[in-house]
Parts: sequence; C-alpha cells; structure tokens
Amino acid sequence: MIVTENLSKAYGGVTVLHLPELSIPRGQSFGLVGNNGAGKTTFFSLLLDLIQPTTGYVTVNDIKVSESEDWKPFTSSFIDESFLIGYLTPEEYFYFIGDLRGRNKADVDRLLAEFEGFFHGEVLGKKKYLRDLSKGNQKKAGIVAALIGDPEVIILDEPFANLDPTTQIRLKKLLKTLTEDREITVLISSHDLMHVTEVCERIVVLDKGDVVKDLQTSEATLAELEQHFAG
Amino acid sequence: MRYKPMVKQFVNLEWKQYFRSSYWQKNVLMNVFLLFFALYFIATFLILGVAMYPLLNKIYPESDPFVVFNGFLFYWILADLLLRFFFQKLPVMSVKPLLTLPVKRRAVINFVLGKSALSFFNFLPLFAFVPFSTMLIANDYPLIKILSWLLALILIVLIINFLNFIIESIASETELPFLPVILIAGGLYALNYFNIISLGDIIGNGLIALSESLYLLIVPAGALVVLYILNFRILKKKLYIDNSLQSKKSEAKTTNLEWTRKFGDIAPFMQLDIRLILRNKRSKSAIWMLVIGLLYGLFFYPNPLYLKWEWFFVFIGIFVTGIFLINFGQFIPAWDSSYYKLLMSQNIKYERYLKSKYSLMMMSVVLMFVLSIPYVFFGWKILLAHFAAAVYNIGVNTYVILWGGSYNRKKIELDQRAAFNFQGTGAVQWLIGIPLMLVPMAIFAIFHFTMGFQAGVIVIIGMGLTGIMFHQRLMKFITRKYMISKHKMIEAFSQAS
Repeated sequence: MIVTENLSKAYGGVTVLHLPELSIPRGQSFGLVGNNGAGKTTFFSLLLDLIQPTTGYVTVNDIKVSESEDWKPFTSSFIDESFLIGYLTPEEYFYFIGDLRGRNKADVDRLLAEFEGFFHGEVLGKKKYLRDLSKGNQKKAGIVAALIGDPEVIILDEPFANLDPTTQIRLKKLLKTLTEDREITVLISSHDLMHVTEVCERIVVLDKGDVVKDLQTSEATLAELEQHFAG
Repeated sequence: MRYKPMVKQFVNLEWKQYFRSSYWQKNVLMNVFLLFFALYFIATFLILGVAMYPLLNKIYPESDPFVVFNGFLFYWILADLLLRFFFQKLPVMSVKPLLTLPVKRRAVINFVLGKSALSFFNFLPLFAFVPFSTMLIANDYPLIKILSWLLALILIVLIINFLNFIIESIASETELPFLPVILIAGGLYALNYFNIISLGDIIGNGLIALSESLYLLIVPAGALVVLYILNFRILKKKLYIDNSLQSKKSEAKTTNLEWTRKFGDIAPFMQLDIRLILRNKRSKSAIWMLVIGLLYGLFFYPNPLYLKWEWFFVFIGIFVTGIFLINFGQFIPAWDSSYYKLLMSQNIKYERYLKSKYSLMMMSVVLMFVLSIPYVFFGWKILLAHFAAAVYNIGVNTYVILWGGSYNRKKIELDQRAAFNFQGTGAVQWLIGIPLMLVPMAIFAIFHFTMGFQAGVIVIIGMGLTGIMFHQRLMKFITRKYMISKHKMIEAFSQAS
C-alpha cells in the first residue's frame, strides 16, 4: 500500500529522515516510535505531501504523492490541531469533512452515532466551537473526522496524547477493529510503548531519522522496546 | 548575581523577533516599499513646513500666519487621530512567556508604552512643525514663544499617541470597531463646521495661550501623564495570563447555510468562508467595511467640485464595488492559514478551493454594484462608471488579488486574543489596495482626456470582459502558482507568527 523509495529529508544539510525502503502492506496496523526528533512527524508529513522530500519519493497505492493528488480521496489523517477549523462546531466540522469526501449529512450522522461512547457526551451538541474545546476533546473530534468517508489509509500522529484514560482504552479498541478485516491501513505514532504494542502488529523504531528496529509485535516486543529506550 | 538591564533585554528580544520572522526575510520588497512611503511623507511634510509661512502670508495677507496656522490645528488633530486608529497599533511584544519569569510587569508595560512614543507617527508631524517654527523665528517671532509653542505641540502629539491606544482598546471590545470612531470624529467635525461649538478656535486659541506662558504647559503635560497612567492600567489588566489563556467562551450559533447548495461543488467552501467571516473578530471587520465602502461615494458626489471630475468616477466605482474584494481578497489564502495543512491533505482540488474564493468575491462585487445604483441620483455617468468599475473588478482585480495571494506567507491568527492584540491590521494591507484602484483610474483618465468619457468606459469594460473571457485559463495559471508555492505556504503558516 505504502512504499518509500530512497526517501530522505534534510534540513540545511542535516538528514532528519532516511527511509531507503519501507513498505507497509494493505491492512497493516503500523506503529512508529522514537524519541523527539526521530523523524516520526516528518515521515507522516512526507506521506501527506506537506513537505517535500530531499531525495526519493513515497507512493501510496502506486501513486506518487508529490506528483498527483489522486491519493487524497482514500487517505485521511489527523496530525495536529492545524487539522481542525477552530470556528466551526464539531458537527459543522464533521459535515464539512463529509462534504469533501462525498458523504452527506445522513451518512455523517450515522457514523457519528457509532462514536457516541467515544465522545463521552463531551463533543456533540455542546454549542461550542472547536477552538473552545479542551485539547483532549479536540483530539477526539480530529480522530473521528479522520474516519469519515471510508478512507483506506488513516494516519494519526500521537493519537493517545492528551486523551483521558477512558478514551485511551476506547481508542485502542477502535484502532484494533479498524484493521480487523485487513482493508484499512492504519499508521500511528506514539510515545507510549504499551499502547503501541497493544494496538499495532508491526512497530518500527526510528532514531535520528533511521530505522533501528522493525518488529512484528509479539509477547516479547514490549520488553525489547523498553530495553532499547532505556539503553 | 548580576542582571542585564531589563530594557536592554527587551530591545534585544524585539530585534530578534523582527529580523528572525519569516515575514521579514521573504518580504524585503514590502519593507523597501514601506520605507519609500515613509520617505515620501517625510519629504512632503518638510516641504509643507518650509512653504507654510510664505503660503499663509500669500493666502491670508491680512492675518498673522501664526494665528491662522493655529486655527487649522484642530483638523490636524482630528485627521491624526483617525489615521492612527486605522494604521497605528500598540507595539506588540510577545509577553506570555515573560509572565512566569522574574520580570516586573511594570517593566514590561513601561517598555511597550515607551516604545510606542518612538513611533513614526510621532515624528512625522515634527517634520512640518520644526521648519515652520524656524521660519517663524526667522521672521522675528519671539524665540521663547515659539519654542514653548513647539513644546506644546510635541506634548499634543504624544497625547494623541496615547489617546489612540485607549480608543483602540475600547473600540476593540465593541462589535463594530470602526463605527464609534468615525461617528465621534464626524460629530466633532460637524460641531465645528456648523459653528455649534467652534472647536477649531478653541484649540487654536488654546495653543496661542500656551505659547504666551510657559507655565500653562502644565495642562497638556498633566493630560499626558493621566493618559499614560490610563494606558498603564489597561495594559496591566490585560497582562494577567488568564486573559490570554482562557478565551471568552461564547455560545456557538449554528447558521443554516443550505442556500449555498445552489452553487454546486463549491458550496462547502462558501459555507466555510461565510462562517469564517461571521465568527472571527479579525474577519468581521470586512462586513463593516462594506458599509463604509458603500457610503464612500457620499464623500465626493454631493460636492459639485468633485462632480466635475469625471475621470475620478472610476476610482470611486472600484472602491465602492470592490471594497470587500480588496479587503477579503488580499488575505487569501492566509484566512485559512491556521488549518492549511488540513486543506492540503484533505480530498480537495486546489482549483475548487480557489474557484470558491473567486465566486465569493465576484458575488460581492455584483451585490455592491446593485446596492450602489442609487448613486444614479448624482448623474447617469456615475452609474455607468460604477458599472465599468464593477466589470473591471470582476474581470481583472479578482484575478490579480488571487494571483497575489500565491505570494502570501503571513499567517493570520483568527482567534488570537493575546494580551496586546487589538486589531492586528497594519499599514501593509491598505497599501496593497492602491494599485488595484489607481491603475484603472489612470487608464480611464488617459482615455477620458484623449477620447472622451464613453471611450474610457468602453476601455475599462473591455478590459474586464477580456479577463472574464479568459477565466478558465487565468484560473489554471493561478492554480499552478499556488501549487508551486504550496510547500512554502504550509511552512510559513505553521510558524508561530
């Protein structure tokens, strides 16, 4: 589904990401971990053509993201608050995203109904603009918006950060069900090793822009990761 | 432990903030332009100051030029206040990070206020006053008298400076920030004009009295101190962190914009733009500008003198029908800067995004033209000129402004309520509008004077129609420009401003 070809990004001669060949098959739940500056967000930004690669390219479904916009209909993401439109209410925001992805109000409403538990009564019908919601509730809105329109690739940067414990547990369940029928590819990054080992079947560890570990998740993975980061 | 003096630290911070911003680095041209603008004004004022004495002698041979000049100062004060309200902002310093550091609030406030005293606006009048004073002294006016008068004027300049910030901070709390100021200024002007209260004489005589006795300078000096203290208090209140951290949570109003569905695939963006305009302080002013723009013709047309200036009609027409276009258009795509990454990664084609902006501006022009039809009362030529201007706005100016937007690298913080952010608009935005209005006026004037009014109208309409005919091509060209600068824009917009 996603393939990088000699991909690298450098700022002022310093390489911050170098992924000569990374391939993520369809339906995989893919986790990215690494300390600050490891290149996680850089990789996601390259995937979404928000920044230009220094060398190489990324393809999603054989489409080069920097050359065509055809990857957009089946790719969705929530990277940070700049993916929210502060002056809309959550409902209006969801309908707007729905409009962009060819879903009418009824479709969006049906989807939102499934997430009532996830929102925990704090997002919908509150008569508040997104900018006035707390960071955690903003994140919930952003994550759900990324699920509108049946995307095939979902990219979430640090989805667990800022969420309360209840929502973290619900999000884990949600992410697991997403990849159940092997149709949707989910990419997440996290600083929480426990969460990421629970959710992802494959975990890649980045360090200063390089892949240092590429693991199929097993019983031993968490211990291995903890040892890696402790060292 | 030894501390660097606080003021030095602040100056250092300001310096870095200015020169390290991407805006500066990418807009050297704009800075050069501003510099020329400043030099132009300095030169004008200098010439005015030198020529004032002989000029007044010639126009009013019977009267004392010094007295006549003082009689005019009321208008200067009024104009200066208005001008500053729109152009001068309290120099912002990013204070939030300083609040938790061991920095005295007083020091921060004093620095911000002190810096404002060094504003260009305060020095500009001196370029006229000082040469005029020199001329007076050269013409045997007593030295002490003139020096005392000059000192009084400097105090008044500073009074205007600090008065303006108080007006701005009050105005920014209201829904229509421009309206009260314009009403008050207009009211004062009317009171004077219709001789109800002769403010011109009062201020003139007051200044003459100040020149007679140095002791009286206590009065403006006292006023200045009071204003400074008021400013200090206002800022101090704003400087508590909860003011900037906790935004006032207004209840969200949902607006039904189903009618936009008629516009097909650009409907979602139109809804977004309408909500953007209605729900953000910063963009709301564009609506009030509509009213001002619509009434703009009334400044000129009732005056028989201007009514003879037919070559000028197109300028007013461009302004009246294009006020929204210019005001809103020049910040495309910066209006969407805070969620630009979303737009760039969502299922959107650039073309559609730009098309919706174009449609919105075009509709505003049509609407403004329809609303301005009553100007026909002043003559059918005005209607014709306005129509030509509207066509030109749609066919030329919308594309120019969209194209210009692809060079936009400055983020707008729609919901920013940081401590000193009153209006967030500066001189630059007004300057951009000038070529959009002056070029058609010049073209029209040339044809008007060589071939007549009708020829001018036909040329302006022709230019507009040409643009409309090439709509598809122009939009493609503009879209490509935006595609090329996409990554630069994302980068600039994701920087903290």
